[in-house]
Amino acid sequence: MKPGVYHSLGLNGQEYQNICKILKRKPTNTELAMFSVEWSEHCGYLRSRKWLRLLPKTGKYKTLIGEDSGGIIIDDLAPLETTKPLNNKKKSLTGLAIIFKMESHNHPSQVEPKQGAATGVGGIIRDIFTAGARPIALLDSLRFGPLSQAYNKYLFRGVVDGIQFYGNCVGVPTVGGEIYFDKSYTGNCLVNAMCIGIANKGELVRARAFGKGNSIMYVGSSTGRDGIGGCSILASHEFKAGEEKRPTVQIGDPFTEKCLIEATLEAINTGYMVGIKDMGAAGLTCCTSEMAAAGNSGMDIELQAVPRREENMQPWELMMSESQERMLICVKKGKEEQIKKIFLQWGLNASVIGKVTNDGFVTIRDNDKIVAQIKAHALTQAPIYDMPYRRPKYLRKLNKLEHSKILKPKDYNQVLLKLLAAPSITNKAWVYEQYDHMVQTNTVVLPGSDAAVLRLPATKYGGSASGGKGTNKGIAATTDCNSRYCFLNPYKGAQIAVAEAARNLVCSGARPAAVTDCLNFGNPQKPESFWQFKNCVEGIADACRAFNIAVVSGNVSFYNESPQSAINPTPTIGMIGIINDINKTCSQNFKQEGDIVILLGYCREELGASEYLKEIHNLIRGDTPQLDLRLEQAVQKTVLEAIEKGEVNSAHDCSEGGLAVALAECCISSKCNMIGANINNLNYEMRADALLFGESQSRIILSCNKDSVEKIRKIALELKAPFCVIGKTGGKVLRILNDIEELIYLPLEDLYKEWSGSLKKKIEE
Amino acid sequence: MKFGIVVFPGSNCDQDCFYVIKDVLKQSVKYIWHKETRLDGLDCVILPGGFSYGDYLRTGAIARFSPVMKFITDFARKGGAVLGICNGFQILLEAGLLPGVMLKNRNLHFICRYVYIKTENNQTRFTGLYNRGQILKIPIAHNEGNYYIDATGLKELKNNNQIVFRYCSATGEISDQFNPNGALDNIAGIINKKGNVLGMMPHPERSSEKELGSEDGYFIFKSIITWLKTKRKW
Repeated sequence: MKPGVYHSLGLNGQEYQNICKILKRKPTNTELAMFSVEWSEHCGYLRSRKWLRLLPKTGKYKTLIGEDSGGIIIDDLAPLETTKPLNNKKKSLTGLAIIFKMESHNHPSQVEPKQGAATGVGGIIRDIFTAGARPIALLDSLRFGPLSQAYNKYLFRGVVDGIQFYGNCVGVPTVGGEIYFDKSYTGNCLVNAMCIGIANKGELVRARAFGKGNSIMYVGSSTGRDGIGGCSILASHEFKAGEEKRPTVQIGDPFTEKCLIEATLEAINTGYMVGIKDMGAAGLTCCTSEMAAAGNSGMDIELQAVPRREENMQPWELMMSESQERMLICVKKGKEEQIKKIFLQWGLNASVIGKVTNDGFVTIRDNDKIVAQIKAHALTQAPIYDMPYRRPKYLRKLNKLEHSKILKPKDYNQVLLKLLAAPSITNKAWVYEQYDHMVQTNTVVLPGSDAAVLRLPATKYGGSASGGKGTNKGIAATTDCNSRYCFLNPYKGAQIAVAEAARNLVCSGARPAAVTDCLNFGNPQKPESFWQFKNCVEGIADACRAFNIAVVSGNVSFYNESPQSAINPTPTIGMIGIINDINKTCSQNFKQEGDIVILLGYCREELGASEYLKEIHNLIRGDTPQLDLRLEQAVQKTVLEAIEKGEVNSAHDCSEGGLAVALAECCISSKCNMIGANINNLNYEMRADALLFGESQSRIILSCNKDSVEKIRKIALELKAPFCVIGKTGGKVLRILNDIEELIYLPLEDLYKEWSGSLKKKIEE
Repeated sequence: MKFGIVVFPGSNCDQDCFYVIKDVLKQSVKYIWHKETRLDGLDCVILPGGFSYGDYLRTGAIARFSPVMKFITDFARKGGAVLGICNGFQILLEAGLLPGVMLKNRNLHFICRYVYIKTENNQTRFTGLYNRGQILKIPIAHNEGNYYIDATGLKELKNNNQIVFRYCSATGEISDQFNPNGALDNIAGIINKKGNVLGMMPHPERSSEKELGSEDGYFIFKSIITWLKTKRKW
């Protein structure tokens, strides 16, 4: 075979030789195509797998890790109502499973923002409901280059449009997420979508095929030529100048997906489904080989039975297509008609395309002629590469920061206003008001606070016989990553991402429970880039162990580079937390005049890596703020206990922009109830800009009734969390003083104007 | 009372309506598949929100051809109570059960947020428990809520007191500033002349429980139940 053929499919010479060795012959075109997608970085995790093993798989909540998603089990939410009486076997499996995962769709979104983002959302939803769970929430972590460039603006608008187009129609609320702008994302935006679903534990399904003679069925949309090479050509290489990659992007159809959700959950409920898998990246190849490998079985498939929407499709095209809204299911022999009926009722294709064998081979036929025959495990066990890594030389210089060389601002009010208008800090209502964040009627804390909060329905069918949604528990969810930290110090930056995610959950009254990670990096074949990856994974692993929470699912996206730049390392952390009593949640805005404002944690003189340095001094320098995980946990536990005891009126963590921005957000984030504050007890001897805008970690601002102060102080004392009363709420002005002078005096209206209006202005100008 | 919730492929608020009727209001309720041809024994039919058939064409334009729509039209003609919420309202317009059309929101975006609406007409079976002029805090979530009707039609709506809800401020001021989508005359909901078919863009099923931030929508459903219990004439 000519090298041009396998090179064009993304394989190298060594890999081609390996394939010949495995097959003991030369591959057919179809076989080569199948190897090329399964062994792509996107599907095979060739370069990352070694390091991903470091991530903890167990934690304080019982975990459940499936082929395509993972989650946690809450046993004390049993027994649950189901549509059918549980048989004895299933009774031992009662308990509510919360299944969640985050996945990237970066390159497709860079090429075609609307469809790229839309199919990212569609894909992650399918990973959740193919586990048997009803999707109940979506979050999106987005990153773009500066909005001053027209193409970035186009990408931003397109991605938001794609998310609203898909998520709103499919009926899953988009409840949270984050948006950052940094020039490292020019030429390679990031779109990470996270989905959360719930299921009764006994109704979960795995992505496996087993039981000789059971049927393999294809359900959902028909197959076309869209998305061929999406995972191997598009996702597993960096962008080069002048390339046309639009045909590798798939087209999303949320209407079909909505029907697919209902039909699939109904079909799973019959008990006749052995296994199910989404045909996402690598389509039919991925489903056949991975389901057979996971079930230790084989599969015999006839391509003529595959529903298609284009003529004369070749076997390799059918095997590589990434047409959306399709799934492969393994059905108990003799039950095919019952399953078919359900899908047909929803207007979807359902056709038997093969059966399970026990020979370990994936056999693909076209008109009965064998076009591919490969051991399933050979396809799924992609080679593991041990990549060299090296600390980038530029860090030595960049990590140095002399505070004395940074000019102190004359007017802190102007700095605060400028920071509130900075694209990464400013209010994101322009975005989240385009997303339906209320459908399914579980959203208790709406977007715009530290974390989204949902009440937890007792069943995936909504309510329960006992009235209401059936449980008084809730979940909180957040996504977090400060990629500037990860650029300047990958290990600590990743740890901070975990700590901050947990902090956000705690501020809403939730106990951090488990993590999904979406690891976005540059070209892993560059040692400096791989060093960033390795250090971030180690950081996540160590932080999760400290919090005793597991990483239950995730995704790696390499090659996020373009001729303009490589992205900052961006290990996005998606975290969910459990709220024991949904009536005791908390949000960030001050609730009433005359409340006492408390700061938990220390302010240190830290300016490195801050938003302040970037926005005001145009500097990306210094080291990340310190992170002491013991202090972090003391602060978080104090807040949790105080919220659960009902002592707290508002809680907000200090992140980008430091104490001053956090205080401003407490004052203005509820438009119809803005409350000022007088912060007059900040006794720190340090530069005023570091005090106001430095980003010291492990700090949370609380407000509470007068009577609660001593109770909270006692909790903090017991848990060894630094505690300080710093001021009082009231009035229509935010005023901040240090021990010498008044630093900030700004009417809330001015703060609100900068904070609420600037994103819309930047997009529409 | 027996409620029926119509399920078109692509409806996505059907389960939310079902839940509110069954678990919050404790009434009997069933789903009506879009291909069904019998509406026996129902007191009220709800067309829920969502994206029927994906709404890739004009919203509601395909749903109105669903087999069930013929029977809903008959049901309405006989005086049965029909409530269309969001996409349900759009379908009622397309089906000709209510006058007027929906245009794209004037900012050309989907809008999801709480708004305030004023109860302009409380003499209906859907609004009997509100005071006249009562202001409700209730969420909207739509792409096409920019209601339009020609001048004659608008005059007729006004003359017959068919405008039930209008967008307003928290204190009840009605002006363009408090009009989220550009709807003509701030119209958020209208009723037919006979008074048995209501269409509204805001979602009462999303504001029927304290935990969710507003209970103002609850009284739409409660009004229907109260009316059916006391005043039903058919």
